[in-house]
Parts: sequence; C-alpha cells; structure tokens
Amino acid sequence: MIDKTTVSPKDAIGSVMVVGGGIAGVQAALDLADSGYFVHLVEKTSAIGGAMSALDKTFPTDDCAM
Amino acid sequence: MADVVDVAGQAGRFAVKVFQRARYIDMDKCIACGTCAEKCPRKVPDEYNSGLAKRKAAYVKFPQAVPLKYVIDKDHCIYFEKGKCRACEKFCPTNAVNFDEQDRELSLEVGSIVLALGSEHYNPETYDIYGYAASPNVVTGMEFERILSSGGPFEGHLVRPSDHQEPRRIAWIQCVGSRDPHHCGNGYCSSVCCMYAIKEAALAKEHAGPDLDAAIFFMDMRTPGKEFEKYYNRARDEKGVRFIRSRPHKVEPLPDSGNLMVHFTTAEGRVLQEEFDLVVLSIGLQTSPETVALAGRLDIELNSDRFAHTSPFRPVQTSRPGIFVCGAFQAPKDIPVSVMEASAAAAECGELLAAVRGSRVKQVVEPTERDISAEDPRIGVFVCNCGTNIGGVVAVPEVAAYARALPHVAFVEENLFTCSQDTQDKMKEMIREHNLNRIVVAACSPRTHEALFQQTIKEAGLNKYLFEMANIRNQDSWVHQSMPEAATQKAKDLVRMAVAKVGLQQPLAEFQLGVSKSALVVGGGIAGMEAALSLATRGYPATLLEKGSALGGHGLELHAAWDGQPVAPYLNDLIGRVQNHRDIEVLLNAEVEEVQGFVGNFRTTVQAGGKTREVAHGVAIIAVGGRSLEPEEYGRGQSDRIFVNLELDRAISRQDPLVAGARCAAFIQCVGSREPQRPYCSRVCCSHSIENALRLKALNPEMDVFILYRDIRTFGSRENLYRQARAQGVVFIQFSLESKPVVAVTDGGKLQITVQDPVLQHPLVIAPDILTLASAVVSHDTDPLAKQFKVPINAEGFFLEAHMKLRPVDFATDGVFVAGLAHYPKPIEECIAQAKAAASRAATVLARDSIMAGGVVALIHKELCCGCQACLQCCPFGAISYLEQESRCEVNQALCKGCGTCAATCPSEAISLLGFSHLQLYTQIDEALSA
Repeated sequence: MIDKTTVSPKDAIGSVMVVGGGIAGVQAALDLADSGYFVHLVEKTSAIGGAMSALDKTFPTDDCAM
Repeated sequence: MADVVDVAGQAGRFAVKVFQRARYIDMDKCIACGTCAEKCPRKVPDEYNSGLAKRKAAYVKFPQAVPLKYVIDKDHCIYFEKGKCRACEKFCPTNAVNFDEQDRELSLEVGSIVLALGSEHYNPETYDIYGYAASPNVVTGMEFERILSSGGPFEGHLVRPSDHQEPRRIAWIQCVGSRDPHHCGNGYCSSVCCMYAIKEAALAKEHAGPDLDAAIFFMDMRTPGKEFEKYYNRARDEKGVRFIRSRPHKVEPLPDSGNLMVHFTTAEGRVLQEEFDLVVLSIGLQTSPETVALAGRLDIELNSDRFAHTSPFRPVQTSRPGIFVCGAFQAPKDIPVSVMEASAAAAECGELLAAVRGSRVKQVVEPTERDISAEDPRIGVFVCNCGTNIGGVVAVPEVAAYARALPHVAFVEENLFTCSQDTQDKMKEMIREHNLNRIVVAACSPRTHEALFQQTIKEAGLNKYLFEMANIRNQDSWVHQSMPEAATQKAKDLVRMAVAKVGLQQPLAEFQLGVSKSALVVGGGIAGMEAALSLATRGYPATLLEKGSALGGHGLELHAAWDGQPVAPYLNDLIGRVQNHRDIEVLLNAEVEEVQGFVGNFRTTVQAGGKTREVAHGVAIIAVGGRSLEPEEYGRGQSDRIFVNLELDRAISRQDPLVAGARCAAFIQCVGSREPQRPYCSRVCCSHSIENALRLKALNPEMDVFILYRDIRTFGSRENLYRQARAQGVVFIQFSLESKPVVAVTDGGKLQITVQDPVLQHPLVIAPDILTLASAVVSHDTDPLAKQFKVPINAEGFFLEAHMKLRPVDFATDGVFVAGLAHYPKPIEECIAQAKAAASRAATVLARDSIMAGGVVALIHKELCCGCQACLQCCPFGAISYLEQESRCEVNQALCKGCGTCAATCPSEAISLLGFSHLQLYTQIDEALSA
C-alpha cells in the first residue's frame, strides 16, 4: 500500500537512507541494494554490527554471534 | 560516524542533512595493520568490552569490524587535548593518519527512510538495589557476554572482575529495568533477557564445568520463540541450571570475600538469602535519549513505552509516511524478529519506490577474460609481511627465495602489505608484464581476503579461480611465535602446497540463467496475501494458491489484534485489494502437485478446482498457516461452557447468554503447549486470554476472573495488558506441569476446577460459569509440501528456515521462502512483517535479470557413478537428483553451493568439486608430506 503522497511515483527518488548499522539496518540495506535501490547507510560509530557484534553466542543455537 | 540532523520533504522525496564526524584516518590508505594503536600512548575504557578492558585513542572497534579501518577518538586523543603527540601519524606505514580532516555535513536525496536505531541497555545504577555500583562482581548481562567471549577482556576465561578468580556460584537476576514502572519507568517486558540469561548460564556451565552453580531468579520464564522452550528445558533438565521463581529485593556485597548475598522472597512467600561469587543483572532494553530526540526531529510518534508507534496491521510503518522502522526501536525484540522486520521495511520501501527501481544504481562493467588454455602454468607468488605480523616471525625473504625455485613459478614478490590498494595495482601490472596465469598470495585467511585478490586478478584479465592463498599468518606466524625457524619452514611448506594446487587449477566457468519474474505463493491467509500483494505492488506478478474455497485463512477466526484493533475491517480490505490486483491471480481449492526446477526457474504443477496446470515462477513463498488445536483434556466436549479462546472471542462479541450471565470465569493456559509431546510455547495464548479477561471485565466488572498459568508471557508492551488485568482484579494462579489443574463437570453441568495454590500451598477449588482453554497453535500436515519444495520441517511440523537468527524467512534452498504460522505460532503483526520480509527476500531474486551459477560446484562423472545415492542423502541444498533411467546421480549446478560434502561422501570418487579436485587435494597432501 502506498500512503497518500503529493510526490507522484515517477518523480520519487530511487535511493533509500537506512539509519543504524546494527543487524536490522544491515539487513534492510542489503535487501534494498539487492533489489535495485541505492542505499545510504548512516551509522553513528566507526563500524557496523551494532549490539549483536558484542554478543558472545546467540540463543538458541549457540552460534558465534560474530 | 554520522548522525541524521534533519529530514525535510515527504514520502518519495526526502532531503536529509547528515553530520559526519572526522575519522582522522584515510580509509583508502588504512590497511588495518594496527601500528597506530600500538604506538598510541593513551588508554581509554573500551566501550565494545563494556568498559571491562582498555583500548587506545587510535583504535578499531573490534578485530572483525567492518570497515576494518582504524579511527582516532578525538575526545581522548592527546594531540587534540594538548596539541602534541602524533605518534600514530609518525609510525603509520601508509601515511593514512590525517589530523587535518574536518567534520562535514552531507545533503542526501532519498525516496524513503528506514530507522533501525536499536536500543540502549538499561543502566542499573539508576535504581541500585542490586549493588551494581558498589561491587565489581555485580555485572550486567552485556558485561557477562564480554566475559564469556574469547575476544573479551579475559580471553574467554570465566573469571570475576574483582580478583580474576573463577566463580563457583553465579546468580542471574531477571527483569532489571523491565516490568518495573515504579523504579525505572519501563513497565514493558524487554523480551530478550530470559533467553540471554539461560544462554549465559548454559555457556557458563560449559566454561566452568557442571559443578558450577548457576541460578536464575525470575518472575515468569519467557521463552516464547522457535526452539526457545527446548533450550530452556535442556538448560534446566540436562545442564542443571537452577530456576528460582522469585523477585530478589536486595543484593548485598559482603566484605572481604567480594561475594554477594542475594535476598529474595519465594513464590510461597518465604524470605531467603543465598551467597554467590558473581551476580549478573539481566538488564532490559530501552530507547536512548538520543533516539527520542531524533524521533522528535523527524516528527515520529512514540508510544507510551518510548518505542516507535506502529499499528499491528502496518508493523513497520511509522507515524510519518515514507519513514519505516525495524528492530529494537519498534519494540524490544530479539535478532530473528529484528531481521524479519528489516526485510519488511525494505519491502515497504520497494513498494513505495517501485516506479523508480534501478534509477540510482550503478552498473558494473565486467572485464574481459584472457584465454589461457594453450599456456603452461606461469605462477606468480606474492609473499606478505603483514607489517610485523608475519615478517616479525617468519623470514619472509627466505620464503620468497624458496618460492622462486618451485616448478612453474615465474615471478615472486615480497610485500609489506599485500592487501593494500597500491599492491593491487602492482599485482595487475606484474600479471600483465610477466604474462602470469595463476596467482598465489601467501598471507592471511581466504575468509577475509580471497574476494579482494580474486577481484584484482579478474581486473587483470584472469579467471578469478586461478588463485590460491597460503595462510602463513593465522596458521603459522600467529601460532608459532616462539619458533621462528620452524615457522619459516612451515611457511615454505604452505607455499609449496599452494603452488602445487594452483598449478592444476583450470579456469572455472560461471554461467547465466534467466529469471521468471513472478512468484508462486502457497496459502491464502494473511501472510500469503500480504506477501503476494507486496510483490504485485512492486510489479512482480504472483499466483496465489488457497486450498480452501475463500481467502482469509486463520485470520477469519481472529477477533482483534493484541492492542484491541478489530481484524475484520483490515482483513476485508486486504482480501479486496488482493482480488482486485491485476498482477495477482488467485486460485481457490488449489494445491501443489509437483515442483520442478530451481531458483529463478521453477515449474510447478498445480491442481485448482479440479483442473491441472503448470505455473512458471522464479520464487515461491510458503505461507500455509497453522490452526488452533482441539483440546482433549480439561473436560473439553463435556460441557458447552468450556470454550477455546477463538470461540470465546465470538461468544463475547455476540453477547452469548452463557458469557453475559457468567459471574465467574476461568482460563487455563498452555493447553497442548509446553507439553512433552509438543515442547514449544504458542506465543499468542497468554496475551489472548488476558485480552479476553479484560473484555469480560468490561462486560461485567463484578465478574470473578481467574487465569491459571505456568508463566505469563506477555512480551514487549503486552506486559501493560497483564498489569492492567491485575489492576482490574483478574486473579492469576500459577501451576506447574507436574500439578496441572483438574476440571470436573458435574451431572448438573456445573464446572469445578481444583488447582494447587502456590501461595497458600493448599488445593483451591474454583466453580466457574465458563472455562476457556488457551489451546496451542499447531501446524498443518506440512510434510508433502516440504518434500515437494525440498525444504525441511522441524519435529512439530513447522517449516525450518535456513538460519534461526540471520535468515528467518529463507530456506537453504534458494528461491523458496516462508512466512506466517507455517514457520511458528505468532501474532498478526509478526505474520505481516514476516510476509513482507519473505516478499523482500523474494524481490532480491526477482530484481535480477539473470542468476550466476557455476564456479566452485560439484560435478558427477557419470561413468564412475554407481547410483548409490549417498550424495543425494547428504546434500543440504537438494541440488542432487537421481536419474532413474540411467541409474546415475546428477548435480544441478544452479542449486549447488560448492560445500563439497558430496565429493567427500562418494565412495567411488565419482564427484569432483571443481577447484578442489581429488587430484589437487592429493597433490597438496603429497607436497605436505614431502617436507
């Protein structure tokens, strides 16, 4: 569903800004880039990865989070 | 290193201002050698290790950081403080340090925005009854993660911070900063802490051995996710983690020993205390003040718990059109649901911007490949010093000299850093100048660097598979630091093996396959319809199969979302939009008969309304739903006063006299869930019963309402419902699996429930006018469909995704996705998010004009194949099929991922993994043994 907008679909811009480079932001950015959109990923720290990168292993499979 | 300052405009066209802070290190020049950090004299508490370790002011966030580039922390750098030092600049071998770099403001034009702002961890100093500030041996769950981590402050040795002694007794205290509106303002449940506490306790037992006493103090154990309950059961029954139902009111640091006394009250009301060596506080998640401020600048509405406001029917849409949300800023949540929502947010962007897809992306021009078929091997060897990482231990010049004498080696060079940008240019030059046709890089791990070097040789006109790495760092200089001579010899061995292998390497072909730009969606419930509609909105036609005679699925049975919004108007609108969309073909009374093909090129035979037809499609989404279990216990069927929740929904709506006239109502939870034969939590029933309890109270505030439960699992903001129900006098009585309530239906049709009251320690008899059973959500018979699509299901019949955390809607089989109850019981908003996520993942396939296949894949030499099918059994990707007529097996190279399991399994060595042939591997082994 497209929300009511005064920008006509053809005049829209084909790029997306993703704010936050944790696991959610990275996944959103990858999906968008893989489906035809230019992505600006804005992350406040010096590296992406977010909270997940500080976890040792993950529940319930005990996979290494890194 | 950037923050969003301001967003103007509207959906489709936003103008964004972004402030980017200076890094003071040129990312193009930095080769991550670590010299700057080594030379930097300033030590700073390391945020990544929760302050338990130190880093330098010149640092990299963690060794695996992306980008792997250093940064200078301006706030702690001595040069910025005092105007001198610049040690990093002096020693940097690539002149990457640039103190003149300036912060800058960027203006971006974007069509839509995704907010994945995450959460911060609750600071337990806010209301410190647990001694966090007073004792170093009271740590947060995040600090404990770092303590367990091999990359953490104690290198993975489980010791406590005060004296670095191994603790023998560890306590976890749940709900610190969650479910506590009075002290911290966070009334909601943080949804993740029960899981991480169990995981940490189980891992602590692995680290310290079974004698470690691990005790978790909890109010309700909330493990309502896929495979979560089984982990909880294993931790308790097999690993011996103690679970103590209580709310500790104080942790008292003991003098001298550094131990902690935990004071708590049990469910029976006894006040007890126990001594521990280490206490872990399971801190909750909350929205940070910075995020609240950003939401204000972006004009995004927050809910009362300070998360982004969303509707269950548009779970990733914020209050501002064109701005979407995912992850822990939407609500506190775990990784899989965050990943699902992320893909859902991407899907929403794709729907909004369907008309301008591809307008801003850059096309890459592929270099042409040189034909080397008539050439003898001319191998180039590049030996890396990796600064002092390798060169400090291994005698690199000696290794280089040795390589020069090896057969077919035409060129050898030593590099300080083979991975640096200037070396890539040099490598291309040398390939051309010396007419090299195979390359060996003796350096670090192919896991991190193979792709870079393959790209380089590709740009020099070589097939990228004519390449081999010898890992003389991770496998040599790092592990044999004290034995430089032996390490040098080992480096020579590794280089000799790599040269021998690459000499036998042939160019590997990659081929393009077309993509049918359409989808098949199996299941016409909420998930199936949302997925089909999302794809159709983006211009990808969908065929929607529904086995029943109408669309709607399980959604038709639902009364309201958890927040009380009615389902019917949403569902009717959805059905209408699906039926009227010109790019969606709905087939009712339809089922899948046979599936052929692979990603991009499926051909599925479908039986619809008695007719058989074939559908060509590029992707498939499985959304076959689930159903409510018909209970076989608690007197079900013996009285018309015993409902399941879906029936009670309708009975309340139509003011059924049995309900309207009831003076006492009871609910029994976990009916069919969390039982030995069905060891999972159905996720929705606690909220559903509490919603209905509140509706009964609204109908008749005088009604006595009892909820008999095992653990109340109102995760996230649903906790507010639980609190509301208690405030309105709903009585909650906890029971265990061992002493379940007993329901009797008397001759007069009256109900009587007997349950052991945990506080009174005495049987309690309730005589309700109506009883509602919170029955489990179970799967349909999914086995046939799973076999047709070659995808797995778990023991309970739910489809099993490719990866529990990171690929929650994908299967290991490419091009097939899952959504909704077919994956696991879940509420409407998660079904919708997952459906949109599946559509997003599917769109990443459909957006391509072709799919590259080939490269490192398996090949069966048919003349050697005996048709035993051992390979077919072990292939995790369903890439191998058995050809009945020839009695031979065959690999579909479009499905093969090159894992090599089949090649290792085949008893006749009939299978070659291209690039890792038996000849290559045996030659490598021979070379290893020839030393």
